[in-house]
Amino acid sequence: MLVRNGWFDPRTMDGAGPPGPPECCKPDMAIPTRAATGRRWLASRDALRHLVRMTSHLRRLENESILILREVAAEFRAPVMLYSIGKDSAVMLHLAMKAFHPGRPPFPLLHVDTTWKFREMIAFRDQTAARLGLTLISHTNEDGRAQGINPFDHGSSYYTHIMKTEALKQALRQHGFDAAFGGARRDEEKSRAKERILSFRTAAHGWDPKDQRPELWNLYNTRIAAGESIRAFPLSNWTELDVWQYIQAENIPIVPLYLAAPRPVVHRDNMLIMVDDERMRLRPGEIPETRMIRFRTLGCYPLTGAVDSNATTIEQIVEEMTVSRTSEREGRAIDHDEAGSMEKKKREGYF
Amino acid sequence: MDGSSQAGPMPKPLPGNSALLRFLTCGSVDDGKSTLIGRLLYDTKRILADQMVALEKDSRRFGTTGPDLDLALLVDGLEAEREQGITIDVAYRYFATDRRSFIVADTPGHEQYTRNMATGASTADLAILLVDARHGIMTQTRRHAFIANLLGVRHLVLAVNKIDLVGYDQARFDQVAASFEEMASGFGFASVRAIPISARYGDNVTEASEQLAWYGGPTLLAHLEQVDLVDASAASGQPFRMPVQWVNRPDLDFRGYSGTVASGCIRPGDPIVVAGSGRESRVARIVTMDGDLARAGAGDAVTLTLADELDISRGDVFAQPDARPEVSDQFAARIVWMDDAPLLPGRSYLLKLGTRTVTASVSTLKHKVDINTYDRLAAKELRLNEIGTCNLSLASPIAFDPYEQSRTMGAFILIDRLTNRTAGAGMIKFGLRRATNIHRQATSVSKQARAAQNRQKPCVLWFTGLSGSGKSSISDLVERALHAQGHRTYLLDGDNIRHGLSRDLGFSQPSRVENIRRVGEVTKLFVDAGLIVLASFISPFRAERRMVRDMLEPGEFIEVFVDTPLEICKARDPKGLYRKALAGEITNFTGVDSPYEAPEQPELLLEGGAFEPASLAERVLDLLRVRGVIGSE
Ligand SMILES: Nc1nc2c(ncn2[C@@H]2O[C@H](COP(=O)(O)OP(=O)(O)OP(=O)(O)O)[C@@H](O)[C@H]2O)c(=O)[nH]1
Ligand SMILES: [Mg+2]
Repeated sequence: MLVRNGWFDPRTMDGAGPPGPPECCKPDMAIPTRAATGRRWLASRDALRHLVRMTSHLRRLENESILILREVAAEFRAPVMLYSIGKDSAVMLHLAMKAFHPGRPPFPLLHVDTTWKFREMIAFRDQTAARLGLTLISHTNEDGRAQGINPFDHGSSYYTHIMKTEALKQALRQHGFDAAFGGARRDEEKSRAKERILSFRTAAHGWDPKDQRPELWNLYNTRIAAGESIRAFPLSNWTELDVWQYIQAENIPIVPLYLAAPRPVVHRDNMLIMVDDERMRLRPGEIPETRMIRFRTLGCYPLTGAVDSNATTIEQIVEEMTVSRTSEREGRAIDHDEAGSMEKKKREGYF
Repeated sequence: MDGSSQAGPMPKPLPGNSALLRFLTCGSVDDGKSTLIGRLLYDTKRILADQMVALEKDSRRFGTTGPDLDLALLVDGLEAEREQGITIDVAYRYFATDRRSFIVADTPGHEQYTRNMATGASTADLAILLVDARHGIMTQTRRHAFIANLLGVRHLVLAVNKIDLVGYDQARFDQVAASFEEMASGFGFASVRAIPISARYGDNVTEASEQLAWYGGPTLLAHLEQVDLVDASAASGQPFRMPVQWVNRPDLDFRGYSGTVASGCIRPGDPIVVAGSGRESRVARIVTMDGDLARAGAGDAVTLTLADELDISRGDVFAQPDARPEVSDQFAARIVWMDDAPLLPGRSYLLKLGTRTVTASVSTLKHKVDINTYDRLAAKELRLNEIGTCNLSLASPIAFDPYEQSRTMGAFILIDRLTNRTAGAGMIKFGLRRATNIHRQATSVSKQARAAQNRQKPCVLWFTGLSGSGKSSISDLVERALHAQGHRTYLLDGDNIRHGLSRDLGFSQPSRVENIRRVGEVTKLFVDAGLIVLASFISPFRAERRMVRDMLEPGEFIEVFVDTPLEICKARDPKGLYRKALAGEITNFTGVDSPYEAPEQPELLLEGGAFEPASLAERVLDLLRVRGVIGSE
C-alpha cells in the first residue's frame, strides 16, 4: 500500500490480483415468472464498454450537484457540510471545491466524532482540511463521552442515537446552522429513495416522510422559520458505482481503508470486524487473524464490517462492484437493527 | 448536455444526452406501478443478495401477492406505505442496461397524492402510464395523462398491465389501446405507444412472452432503450440563457458569475446582455476548476467572467443580445395547486423562478380544468390538486421564456408566505405586457415633502378584530383626538368601503381577499399623500394583513389588534349580525362559520372586553408618540 503525505493517492497505485468471488445467496420465496430470463446485464465484461458512456452521465450528475451546492450556499444564512470522511463525503467535498472555484466553499466542515472512528479516518480528515485550507469543526457529545457510552456495552442502536444523532443535533444547535449538506444517496436505502434533495426538518430536527414539500424541476424551496433547518443532499441521484467511477475519473483522494490490504480482523455476528486499536474488546474465543480485506463503507470500527477483497486500486474496486451481489449496507451493523429502522432514525433527526 | 468541450480528465463522452432516460410511472391506484419498477430492478439485476433476503421477509409480513415475492415492496420504502400497501410519495430508483442509464420516479396513484405525481413528472422525458387491463382508462389515468403533458413530458407509453388477469387476451388489449389513442391524440406527445405487460409475472417487461405471441412490438424495456430522445427543435438554435446563481468574488482580482446554463451555448468573446437592466458586455472567460472552457452548453455548471464591470447580482439572467427573454411583471401561466389551503386570487405568495424570488399574486383566475372532460370551468379559487390558468402580477419584473420553450426559464413555484409550504407549480404561457414599455410617472413633490408639511410621519393604524369588537369606536376616538391636534388623517371603515369601492364583492374567501387588496392599495396612496390613515376592517386572514404590510414601507403599517372575546362581541351584537348568522340567515360570518386568524405579533394589543374605548384610544395615541408619528406634547 502506497500512502503519500498520509492520504491515499490513486495515481501512484499499482495493484494486481483478481476480484474476490461474488457472494451468492438465494431466497426461498419464488420470484413469479412466466418468461424466460436469458439476458445478461452489465456483467464485468460489459464494464469497459459501459465506461465510455457513463462519463457524460457523470458530468450530468456533477452539474446537478454543483447547482444544489451553490443554491443552498446562496439562500441560507449559515450552511455547513457534514463531512464523514467516507467516499461519498470525499466526492461531495470535491464537488464543493469545484462549485466555488476559484473561491473557497463558503461554509465550514463538520465532523461528528463518536471517538470510535478508524484511526486512519481521523488522520485523513485532518490532512484533507489542511490540504484544502478549510475550517473543520469536530464535535463530540461530551455527555455521552463522560458517561462512557460505547458500542460494546450499550448496543449499536442506543450508541448511535447518543453519539451520532444527538451529537449532530447538539452541533447544529450550538453553531446555529440552518442548512447541513450530507452525502447520502437515494440508492443506499429504501427510505432514502423517498427523500427530497432539500429535506425539511422541524425545530426538533424531525423528518415527516408523509408530508414532504413537493420538489419540482430544480427549484428548491429554501424558506424556513426560525429554528427550523434543512438537510441538503447534493449526491441524491448518484449510485455507488457512479461514486467510484467519479473518484477514478477525477483522482479524488480517499481513505486507504477502502483498498484491500492485510489487516487484523475477527469474525463477529456474520461480519469481519477490524481490530483497530487496543479498546476493541475480544469475546471469548475470538483471535484476530490477518486477512486481505477492504471496506465498502466506513463508520465506527466496531460496527463496520469488512469484505474479503484483493482490490488494491480504484479500477479493481469498480471491477469488483460490477460483479458484487451484496449492497454496501450489508457491512453496517446499525442498519440491521429492524425493518424501517433508517426511516425511524431519520424521523428522530439522523442524517 | 455536451461535455466534449470540457477540459477534465474524463474520456470523451458520446454526443447528446441520449445515454440517460428519466421517466416516471403513473396511473390509477393499484394498477401496478411499483410492481413494475420492482420488476425492472429485479430483471436488470439491481437487487442484491441481502436486499433479496429483506424483500422476502417484507413479503411475508406486508405482501399482497400470497406466496410470491411482492416486488412493489422494493420501491414502497416508507413504513406507512408498506402497512397500507399503497405508494404515498415519489421514490427515485436507478438502473442501467448496456444501452442506457435510467432514473425512474415511481409516483403514487392515489388522488390525494397527485402533487407527488406532478413532482415526478417535472423532470421526466417519458411517462409510463399504467392501466389495469380489466378496468381500462380511469379518471386518474386521464388526470395523469393531462399532467404529464402539462409538465412537458414528451413521450408517453401506455402499459396495459395485469394482462394475465384477462387471459392474455388480444381483443381486450386492442380495446384499451384504442380508447387510449383517442384520449392521447389531443395532447401532442412526441411519441405514444401501447404495450401489453404483466408486471407481476414479468411478461413483456424485459423479455418477450409466449403468452403474448400475438403482440409483435418491442418489450417495454426495449422501447425505453430505443425511444428517440433527441428533441430536434430544442437541440438546435435555443437562445443562450444563464441565471446568475452565485457571485464569485474570492478577492479583488476576480469577479465571476456562477450558474447553470439553462439553454443555448456560450463561448469566450460572445456578447451577452443582462436581461433585467439591459446592460451589455462580452464573455471574457468560462472558468472551471478543470481549466477554462472553450464552450459551455445547456446543463453545464460554470463561472463566467465579463469584459466589463457591471452591477450584477444573484437573480439576474445572462442572455444572448439578439434573442432576449421577455422581461415583465405580468404573465399568463398554468398552475397546479399543491396545498391544502386553496389558491386565492389577490393573496400574495413568493414566486421562485430560476434563481429569482419575488412577491406575486394571481390577478385573474381565468378557469380551471375539469379532469374528466378536460373542459374549462369558471373558478374563484384553486383547491388541492386542481389545475387552472391564471394571470399573475409580480412585485417587480422578471426575465422568463415560455415553458414550452424552456423548462428552466418558464417554470416557477409559489410558496405560502406564512407556512413556507410549496403551494403551487406554474408553467408560463406568455407575458402580458413588457414592463420596459410602461414607465412609472415620476413626481416632483415627494412623499417626504408632503409628510414634512403635515408635521407627521405618515402611516396606517390597521385595526383588526371581530365584528363588534370595538374597532370603529376606538378608531373614531383616535381620529377625533388627532384632528383636534391639527394632524391630517383619513379613516377607512369596512362598512363604508363595502358601499362604494367594493360594492361588487361578497363575503366568500376570495372576495374578502380582494376587498383587502383594494383597501391596501387605497391606504398606500393615502400614506403617500402624507396622511395618518385609520383603517378599521375585520380582515380575518393573516396573509392579507401581511400583504398590506408588504405594500408599505417598513414601519408604516401599525397593526392594532382589538382583542375582544367572541362571547362579548356576540352579546353586544350592535348590528344584529351575530343573531342572523347564528340563525343561518347570513353565511361566511367571521367567528360563526368563517375563521378569524388572530395576529401573532401586532404592534399593539387592546383588550376590548376589559377596558373602555376612551382608555384604549389613549393607548393608541401613546404608541403614536413613542413611534414619533406625532409630536409628544
Ligand atoms: N395479476 C397481476 N397482479 C398485478 C400485476 N401488477 C401488479 N399486480 C398487483 O396489483 C397490486 C397493486 O400493485 P402496486 O404495484 O402496489 O400498484 P401501484 O400502482 O404502485 O399502486 P399505488 O402506487 O398505491 O397507486 C399488487 O397486489 C400487485 O401484486 C400484474 O401484472 N398481474
Ligand atoms: Mg405504487
